[in-house]
Amino acid sequence: MVTTTSIRSAKSGQARNGPRDDTRLALLFILPALIGFGVFLVWPTLRGIYLSFTKFNLLTPPQFNGLDNYVRMVQDPVFWNALKVTLYYVILNIGFQTVLALVIAVMMQRLTQRTWLRGIVLTPFLVSNVVAAMVFLWILDYQLGIGNTILAAVGVDRIPFLSSSSWVIPTIAFINVWRHVGYTALLIFAGLQTIPETVYEAGRIDGASEVRMFRSITVPLLRPILSLVLIITVVGSFQVFDTVAIATRGGPVDSSRVLQFYIYDVAFGRFQFGYASAMSVALLAVLVAVTFLQYRLTRAETSDLA
Amino acid sequence: MATDTTPTVATAGPVAVRRDAPPAEPRRLNFGRALAWTFMILVILVSLFPFYWMLRTALSSNNALYAGSGSLLPVQTSAGGFERVFGLQTGQEAIDAGGAGQAINFWRYLFNSVVVSTLITAGQVFFSAMAAYAFARLQWKHREKVFAFFLAGLMIPAIFTLLPNFVLIKQLGLVDTLLGIALPTMFMTPFAVFFLRQFFLGISREVEEAALMDGASKVRVFFRLIIPMSLAPITTLAILTYIASWNEYFWALMVSYTDRSRVLTVALGVFKSQTPQTGPDWSGLMAATLVAALPMLVLFMLFAKRIVNSIGFSGIK
Repeated sequence: MVTTTSIRSAKSGQARNGPRDDTRLALLFILPALIGFGVFLVWPTLRGIYLSFTKFNLLTPPQFNGLDNYVRMVQDPVFWNALKVTLYYVILNIGFQTVLALVIAVMMQRLTQRTWLRGIVLTPFLVSNVVAAMVFLWILDYQLGIGNTILAAVGVDRIPFLSSSSWVIPTIAFINVWRHVGYTALLIFAGLQTIPETVYEAGRIDGASEVRMFRSITVPLLRPILSLVLIITVVGSFQVFDTVAIATRGGPVDSSRVLQFYIYDVAFGRFQFGYASAMSVALLAVLVAVTFLQYRLTRAETSDLA
Repeated sequence: MATDTTPTVATAGPVAVRRDAPPAEPRRLNFGRALAWTFMILVILVSLFPFYWMLRTALSSNNALYAGSGSLLPVQTSAGGFERVFGLQTGQEAIDAGGAGQAINFWRYLFNSVVVSTLITAGQVFFSAMAAYAFARLQWKHREKVFAFFLAGLMIPAIFTLLPNFVLIKQLGLVDTLLGIALPTMFMTPFAVFFLRQFFLGISREVEEAALMDGASKVRVFFRLIIPMSLAPITTLAILTYIASWNEYFWALMVSYTDRSRVLTVALGVFKSQTPQTGPDWSGLMAATLVAALPMLVLFMLFAKRIVNSIGFSGIK
């Protein structure tokens, strides 16, 4: 029995007062996780890269075709458009979300630290993207949505939120900000809690205003957590899919065809798994590059709070 | 000691939360504070309004919505939307109200969602706890190297593994099964292992040594000592995992083709595509949406404090 022997050896090891060795037991303990890790994370990653060099329709075995998929990708205007739309979405979503979350977090810290407020702000995070998309599809409906009714009441023209090519991406960004901003605000809030109150007291004694303290104390000291939050949210928002799949299916025309939806479409709509894999590799490359750049730019590794 | 979430979170996390020194709140009501509260109230309204709107629409009668689109209260209050969701209306009644004629297998989807989320949560938390124990408390060669390798897995975005994983699940013959949906995340996520390892590292050596002296095996120490002492972080992880797997859409959409494996999120999408495009059955759709969201909202009400307090820690997702 693996367990008994390893335990015995562990005990005798202890008795000798030397370093214990639980290798066998440890192996047993990490085995399930190792299987999951290898089979559903490492192997798919390698396989995904391999499939990107093949022609594969799921029914017949993959045929190696070299760089064909990548050549096709570079020449595919829909791919470039999808990349552009995705980038536009990410920039809007992240910009809006980070600023709003930062403001909410600071307000939560300065106004009241009670859990109920944080709970309310987090509530939208509890529902799925699908639910969020459905509700806003209804609220923002051109004819009957309460959103447009309110706009009409204040004298603004009706906005075709999800059916106009210029509004659709900002609207999808807004829907996802609604769902995620509370979560992001709580991450930033946790970071705010690490800034010692004494720093603010010193600022107050020096006669600094709240705005001044926010600029000169909060933001610089928050840099490590902000950059962490940015990396998480950017990587997450590059993978936008659910909202598009429910609300617009890429339309009108291609104006909300984000990369992930295009990949899905190519794979499951046209069964071109090789080409879809090549585009996932491209998305992975973009994500790695963005993460690396962000890490360097925000100097995530350094903190001013020594 | 890991008997209560808050202090553990405060000390063991990458984000050390200072709860001992709440900032002195300037209590005087000045212009800035009033402005800040106005902003917060707006945030609260925007956060909660859609939930009210789901309820208000679900309780309206669908055909009346066209006339009363601006009414803040339900128009022609009716339970018809919910009846369609639960399949209590005849096909003709549903069509008359602007809904789909087919029966909606709501209980089936709810059952599927519960099974999938429970499988994922139970498996992932338990297996991750085992691995975390090996990484935190057992002595073995190459431990740090293997752990670093696990952590590197955090870098691989979900999208990348989805297509190859689908191919794998298909080869295993598990397409359109609940197990097929659960399998890829059932064994571990790098985050879960990392999260629990942090807590296990914080448990004092002495308690463990004492148990070992008394002749307890390492396996016994894990089940009888480590797990009970870490119940708080384990529950937190379980809740977060449950919410995440309940809300998962993309992967479930890939794997399920029929009612056999359709979970609520996927069913909601199908339900939407079934209602007429010209005049969608909004009251039915909102009833379905509300019903799909309800379990997680109830879970949140029960564990709100724990979930809210743990978010700071779960930063590295």
